[in-house]
Amino acid sequence: MTRPLSRRPISRRRLLQGAGAWVLVSPMFAGISAAATQEMPAIPALVSFLAGRSPRWERLRLELPSLADNGQAVPMRLTLSGPFASGSAPQSIHLFSEVNPVPEMAVFEFPVTPPKVEIDSRIRLAGSQHVVAVAVMSDGALFAAVSEVIVTIAACLDGS
Amino acid sequence: MNSLHNVFIRSLLFAAAALLLFCEAHAQPRALPLGVLRSGIEFAGADVRGMQADDLANPGFLWVERGEKLWREEASGASGKSCASCHGDATASMRGVAARYPAFDAGSGTVFDLEARINDCRVRRQKQEPLLRESDDLLGLTAYVALQSKGMSMAARIDGPAGAAFDRGRVLYGTRHGQMNISCAQCHEQNWGKRLYAETLSQGHGNAFPAYKLEWQTMGSLQRRIRACIFGVRAEMPAAGAQELTDLELYLAWRAQGLPVEAPGVRR
Amino acid sequence: MADSRINLAAATRQGEAIEVRISIRHAMETGYRTDDGGKPVARNVIRNFACRYNGVPVFAVRMSSGIAANPYLRFFVTARESGTLDFEWVDDAGARGMAQAAVKVV
Repeated sequence: MTRPLSRRPISRRRLLQGAGAWVLVSPMFAGISAAATQEMPAIPALVSFLAGRSPRWERLRLELPSLADNGQAVPMRLTLSGPFASGSAPQSIHLFSEVNPVPEMAVFEFPVTPPKVEIDSRIRLAGSQHVVAVAVMSDGALFAAVSEVIVTIAACLDGS
Repeated sequence: MNSLHNVFIRSLLFAAAALLLFCEAHAQPRALPLGVLRSGIEFAGADVRGMQADDLANPGFLWVERGEKLWREEASGASGKSCASCHGDATASMRGVAARYPAFDAGSGTVFDLEARINDCRVRRQKQEPLLRESDDLLGLTAYVALQSKGMSMAARIDGPAGAAFDRGRVLYGTRHGQMNISCAQCHEQNWGKRLYAETLSQGHGNAFPAYKLEWQTMGSLQRRIRACIFGVRAEMPAAGAQELTDLELYLAWRAQGLPVEAPGVRR
Repeated sequence: MADSRINLAAATRQGEAIEVRISIRHAMETGYRTDDGGKPVARNVIRNFACRYNGVPVFAVRMSSGIAANPYLRFFVTARESGTLDFEWVDDAGARGMAQAAVKVV
């Protein structure tokens, strides 16, 4: 005789399924770059770009998922919060990869000051790594943001 | 009085037999009951879900637009006809078509998936060369036609002449293949929802195809996706368009009965 | 192939932000893949992307293989006057792509 639903204990399988699903979903919300003090990942191309300058870890946000569905296309959002003081307009945002064969991923340029700096795109990541964004202002000020992304390989080889 | 009684009994028996035959065709036992069905999108991460839901961010629509253009173009073959010449406005004439594919084609005596149907039209009616499977043109046309069923319930028929292909597909689905000696059913019926490395196994439905798969960095057909799985278990690879692939597609379509068409889908 | 698809608001009030979205068909071949025969597939990615608003450059991207295939961009420009947004991109092979979208400012 089956016990009523309400009195059946949750099977371990169901619990693990649910936990697995949660583990998969919850990192999505955690992929926002941390503000305040940060350690700059030691990417040679980034180091030479900075040429000794120290960016401030504020105003620039680099949003990437903590766990990417697939390294071939990882959605990214860059936001530089204003207001922009006169004489300090956003010029460009540089994107650096810690692990990709090409470390300088992209440069977003603003020939005119946009109404807001919010850029979405999709990037390629060759493996789990840090991604660093550096915003350059017209007065030379630099803002930086870093995000860590875990990139897993597909469960099955494709070969199609 | 007796003869009337006999007629009555015979009619009842006849009706019962007909009902049984009808039910049998549709009452194939399901490993995954209809109420348990979940589209692959429910197993995808937020990235993929976001991309599929946004028509501009969804790269599949680049192929849909190509298909729309091809639909209207004059055929290069002897007929000089475009798809539109016969079928008019696809948003009307193709509505619901993809939802009932694969389907039996009386002319060839085989089951056609959408790609085969499009090529059949090209060869027999437009008098031009068929398109290669996985070519951007064929993917575009397939995606464009499939889009016209977006949101509609999958409803492929497995009765009558399609029955043989369905039975073959069902057997294939439960047969262990390849060096890894795994069957489709072992992953997608017995272990869906569980983790395989970092991924969660889906139920393996094809309702979102043709789909833009991030791994492929391009659009691909359901047959390509099936071939990817076959590669994954290290089994012998059937040729593109092989009958066993269409058999599997039909079985998958029946398996996914009621799920909404999501083409052009996005998958990881 | 549709080279690109563009999305922006039908009309925007002057001075406000126009959200511009573009999806470009391009394989962004990294140069690290090999074909079925084992031969490396040559790198060919979009290098420069530029957006001009009535001829004035307003946004540009220098890309690399670090941008995913079939690039997607979303960015904002200030609505000044009605006219045209011109998009242009060039890849490693020198192939140019172009697209246009009408801008209505009220």
